[in-house]
Amino acid sequence: MKITFIAADGSETLVDAAEGESVMQAAVQNDVDGIIGECGGSMMCATCHCYVDDGWTEAVGGQQDGESDLLDCAASEVRPSSRLSCQIRMRAELDGVVIHLPESQL
Amino acid sequence: MQRIVIIGTGQGGQQMAASLRQEGFQGEILMLGEEPGLPYQRPPLSKAYMANGNAAALLLKPASFYERSAIVLRDGVRVAAIDRAAREVVTGDGARHPYDHLVIATGARNAPPPIPGLDAPGVVELRNLADAERIRRRLAATRHAVVVGGGFIGLEFAAMARAAGVAVTVVEAAPRLMSRALSPEMADWFLTLHREMGSQVLLDAPVAGVLAGADGRASGVVLADGREVSGDLVLMATGVRPNSELAEAAGLACANGILVDATLATADPAISALGDVATFPGPLGRPVRLESVQAAVDHARHIARRLVGGASAPYAAVPWFWSDQGKAKLQIAGLLTGADRTVVLPQPEAAPVVLLFRDSRLAAVETVNAAGIHMAARRMIGCPLAQLEAHGFDLRAAMKAAA
Repeated sequence: MKITFIAADGSETLVDAAEGESVMQAAVQNDVDGIIGECGGSMMCATCHCYVDDGWTEAVGGQQDGESDLLDCAASEVRPSSRLSCQIRMRAELDGVVIHLPESQL
Repeated sequence: MQRIVIIGTGQGGQQMAASLRQEGFQGEILMLGEEPGLPYQRPPLSKAYMANGNAAALLLKPASFYERSAIVLRDGVRVAAIDRAAREVVTGDGARHPYDHLVIATGARNAPPPIPGLDAPGVVELRNLADAERIRRRLAATRHAVVVGGGFIGLEFAAMARAAGVAVTVVEAAPRLMSRALSPEMADWFLTLHREMGSQVLLDAPVAGVLAGADGRASGVVLADGREVSGDLVLMATGVRPNSELAEAAGLACANGILVDATLATADPAISALGDVATFPGPLGRPVRLESVQAAVDHARHIARRLVGGASAPYAAVPWFWSDQGKAKLQIAGLLTGADRTVVLPQPEAAPVVLLFRDSRLAAVETVNAAGIHMAARRMIGCPLAQLEAHGFDLRAAMKAAA
C-alpha cells in the first residue's frame, strides 16, 4: 500500500508501506525528511507529529489515549487533524493515505 | 573544519552524523563502527523486537540516507588507537583516518560480575542485535529463564518472557528493583507488578555462580547464600561499563566514562564524547554518565551546534528515560540523585506518580502510563516546590499557569 507525504514546502514523496507498519516507520524507513520518531514509536517524544489530509481524517481516525498529551509538547502548531504518525497503523482502508508534515519536529 | 570522524555507529553516532548535516556541515563525515550493518535502535531489542523479530524495523535510517547525506559509514571496523598528535584514528587493519574533529560515541558494554560458569551454553546477555537474535531463537524452547539483575533490561525481558509463557525468576543483588534509577516507592509498585505477572523475584540475592548440568549447559545459578535457582536460560543483565579504553589509551581523562566539559568537549579541543561513554557535568555540578537514548541524541545535537555554528552554551537538556514492562510504560523525567523529599500522588486504579525534590525544587518525576504528566514534568524540572504545591502538585496545571 502507498502513503503520500507532503512536506511543509509542498514537496511530495510517495512511499510503499506494509500492512501493520506505522506511518512513522514507513517515513523513517523510506528516508522521508520531516518525521523523526526519536523514541522509535514508544509515545515518548512527539517528534513524529503529522497532519492527516482532510480527505483522510475519517478513515485514519482521531487521536488515541495519551496522544493529545504528547501533542501538547509538539514543536509545531497542533490542529484537529494532528496525529502522532507512530500511532497510525497501515491497513487496507488507508492505502493511498495523504499525510502532511509540520515545519519542524524539535 | 574539513573532516569529522565519529567512532561508534550506535544511535548517538548516527545522530551526530545526521545533526552535523542538519546544521549545515559541508565537510567529510566518516563513521567507524565495530558492529556490522547500519545503525539501529537498541531499546526495542528487549521489547518489540523480542515479540516480532523484525530487524529491518530497527534501522534508524535506510542506506539511502547515508548516500544522499554523504556520510561514509564503515561497519565491522575495529578502531585500534587514537593518535592525538597526528589527529588520526588508526583502525585494526592499520589504516589511518585523519580528523579535524573526532567524536567518540563508543557506548557501553555489558559488565557481568566475576563469577564462574559464565561461558556455559545457555548463558546469554542482551546488548546488541546479535544477542537479541540468539535469545529469540532460544526462547521458544526455554522452560525457565533466570534473570540475573533487576534493572530495566532484565525486567523488560522478564515481562516479555512471561508473556511468552516462560517461567521466570529474577535475582537482584540489591534490596529493591531498579535501585539506581527509581524511587523505593515506584520500585515497590513494579515488584508487585512483576509478581502479579508470575515472575518469582528474589531481592538481596547476589549471584555466586552459574550452575551447569551433566551436558555442560547452564542449569541455573547459585546465590551467595547457597540457594540454588534452576533454569535452562540464564540472562546476565547486571549493568554496563563505558567503552572508554580507546580514550584512556590516548591519554584523555576518564573516570567511569570519558570526562567532558559542559560543552561536551574533552580536554583535547579536537575531541568530543557523547552518550553512554561520556561523563559530563550534571545538574548538581557532579559528573554524571547516563545510559539513554535521550542523552545520546541530545549530546549529538549539542556537539553539532558547537562544531558547525560555534555555539558555546553549556549542555543542559533535561534527562528522560522509559521502560516498557508488560503493560506498564514507566517514564522518568529528571534525575533522582540527591533527592531529599518525595511526594507520592495516588492515581485512581493505576500506578502512583512520584515527585522527587532536591533543595525544594523538582528533581525528578516517575510515572506509569501517564504520558501527559511525564511530558509536563520534562518542562517543570527545576520548578520550586511551593509553586507546584500551589497547584496541588498537578504538573499540567502548573505548566499551563507558567506558560
